[in-house]
Amino acid sequence: MDLNGQILESKSQLLQTANGHDQIQDLRTKAMQVFENEGFPTIKHEEWKYTSLVPILRKNYSLTASAGKVSKEEVEKYSLKTDSYRLVFVDGGFSEEHSDLENAPFTFLTLSNALGSKEEALNLFGKIAPIEDQAFVALNTAFAHQGSFLHIPKGTRVEKPIELLYFTSKAQNEAPFFQIRNLILAEQASETQIYERHQNLGESAALSNVVTEIKVERDAIYDHYKVQNDQRDTALVDNTWVEQAENSFASVDTFSLGGRFVRNNLSFLQRGEHCESKMYGITMIGENQLVDHHTLVDHKVPNCQSNQLYKGIYTDNAKGVFNGKVYVHSEAQKTNAFQQNDNVLLDDLASLDTKPQLEIFADDVKCSHGCTIGQLDEDAMFYLKSRGIRDKEARAMLLYAFCMDALAGVKLEELKSKLKSVLAKKLGVELDFDL
Amino acid sequence: MLTIKNLRASIEDKEILKGINLEVKPGEVHAIMGPNGSGKSTLSSVIAGREDYEVTAGEMNFLGQDLSELDPEERAHAGIFLSFQYPVEIPGVSVTNFLKTAINESRKAKGLEPMPAKDMLKAMKEKMALLEIDRSFLSRSINEGFSGGEKKRNEIFQMAMLEPKLAILDETDSGLDIDALRIVANGVNKLKSQDNAVVVITHYQRLLDHITPDFVHVLLNGQIVKSGDKNLALELEEKGYDWIKKEQAPIG
Repeated sequence: MDLNGQILESKSQLLQTANGHDQIQDLRTKAMQVFENEGFPTIKHEEWKYTSLVPILRKNYSLTASAGKVSKEEVEKYSLKTDSYRLVFVDGGFSEEHSDLENAPFTFLTLSNALGSKEEALNLFGKIAPIEDQAFVALNTAFAHQGSFLHIPKGTRVEKPIELLYFTSKAQNEAPFFQIRNLILAEQASETQIYERHQNLGESAALSNVVTEIKVERDAIYDHYKVQNDQRDTALVDNTWVEQAENSFASVDTFSLGGRFVRNNLSFLQRGEHCESKMYGITMIGENQLVDHHTLVDHKVPNCQSNQLYKGIYTDNAKGVFNGKVYVHSEAQKTNAFQQNDNVLLDDLASLDTKPQLEIFADDVKCSHGCTIGQLDEDAMFYLKSRGIRDKEARAMLLYAFCMDALAGVKLEELKSKLKSVLAKKLGVELDFDL
Repeated sequence: MLTIKNLRASIEDKEILKGINLEVKPGEVHAIMGPNGSGKSTLSSVIAGREDYEVTAGEMNFLGQDLSELDPEERAHAGIFLSFQYPVEIPGVSVTNFLKTAINESRKAKGLEPMPAKDMLKAMKEKMALLEIDRSFLSRSINEGFSGGEKKRNEIFQMAMLEPKLAILDETDSGLDIDALRIVANGVNKLKSQDNAVVVITHYQRLLDHITPDFVHVLLNGQIVKSGDKNLALELEEKGYDWIKKEQAPIG
């Protein structure tokens, strides 16, 4: 039986586990109805035509995984070394032991607590991420009871990054299915940096369906970094929906460097004038891995900006997808939307589908898009080699340089250097790129 | 130092070099002149090991090593440097990072430890002064947005840092104004010693006013058809290449 069948079979049990306020229950029931009607998308669905879910869905998942344990060392290995607020979840459950919220100037509640009574959470749940035509969001909305609610109050500058670390423990030995929901409210003129990671510490073929709804109020600055460098059997479907109010800045940068299957559905809804959205990413994968980025910027009001820059390096049977949709409504005059997707295929086995999709209904806008697929520049390779730089190092330098502009704007210095060393390692060189 | 015998090379089945003979000894400056399409740049690329060209006959020997067995990076480690006619722009790689990597890769090939950062910085400062290069230059991406003159000065700066035994300057004078030409030539002359050699590839006499060649060779249709001393270059400047072409034409 595939995942769809398994879910339908245990739906009453799942609905029962997923608690919440009455208004949440109504939404959950409705979401379940939508999921039952639509099911998981197939490659006939326009948004899924390059990525088949069949290999992911046909596993026998454990829908109610019990929580295992992780060690302090494991947590340390995957967290930032700089001072941070840390929220650790193990197999979906919140781990007080590994988390650190000392003197936090914001509110954190586990999702199930928040959905019990917290008004701000109830006002956020299902308000930004739609369930229609979004099977994974519908499924998550129906059953998700694990995750975080973060509330950054008005005018608060959170000085340290907030880490959201979701671990799958070694205790999971088959294929656990996790549904995580994050609700983040960045109030007026607040400033926040989030570092998010989903990491499987064991060998299981875990599948995580994560939905994050982020509301960025006026004048707020919000940065969110996703590092996806999971073990080779793990699958992740990430649905991140950001709604922005007037004069706000929001960025979600996605660094996809590992895992078996990663689908990122990243959507920005611009709802106030003079706001700016940034989505940058680096994808570097090989060995039968798949990373699919589907982005959407919905420009609904005038005088806003969006910037997308995705770089991809693929080798060895890896498959990449980039589909960037920019929708400019007729009233969204003076929109400035930029989108660029550049890729390098390192061998004949790797493949990539890239598709810019601009739908523009306003007439006074600046919208540009571009995508490139290429190999390494032979002239540049010869130039480097003629200076005594060996083949592997020369390749690494060029690929590294190729990616670098997508690191621009990353405000966490540690993350930057961490990414640099991961990239160097993946390129198989010991070069100090930092001079 | 460099001995080339009967070298033939082609690209995509088109023969460009048709039997080159050349001998360069330590301490010498050679100029190779010739009209467009005569094979000058091909010769420099083939010596540096560019893989687009196929060497079909002949031999190249550099300090006792058969060059055909060496990759471009190994030729660099052996002491060959090519100053490119069209230096390649590499966005994202700073001049410093590039030089540091190049120097330490060469050192590694020789079994040496990486150069200490302090020594590296000192050497860079010295050579920058020699070539009148501003410090801000170091943090820029290689050749990206450089003017023609900056690109060529950057080539000679790299040469100064890498201290090759044989430097091939492929049309280093093109794109240079008079001041830049003087600076570049001055740099080359300062780096010149009894132990190294320079091959200057050029269309024109003007670079040779500053870098005096011991030998001048005329490359025509893939062959060196005439060699002489510096006066040959002056003669070419005055009379062009036609008289040599006529000399070469079969009688009758």
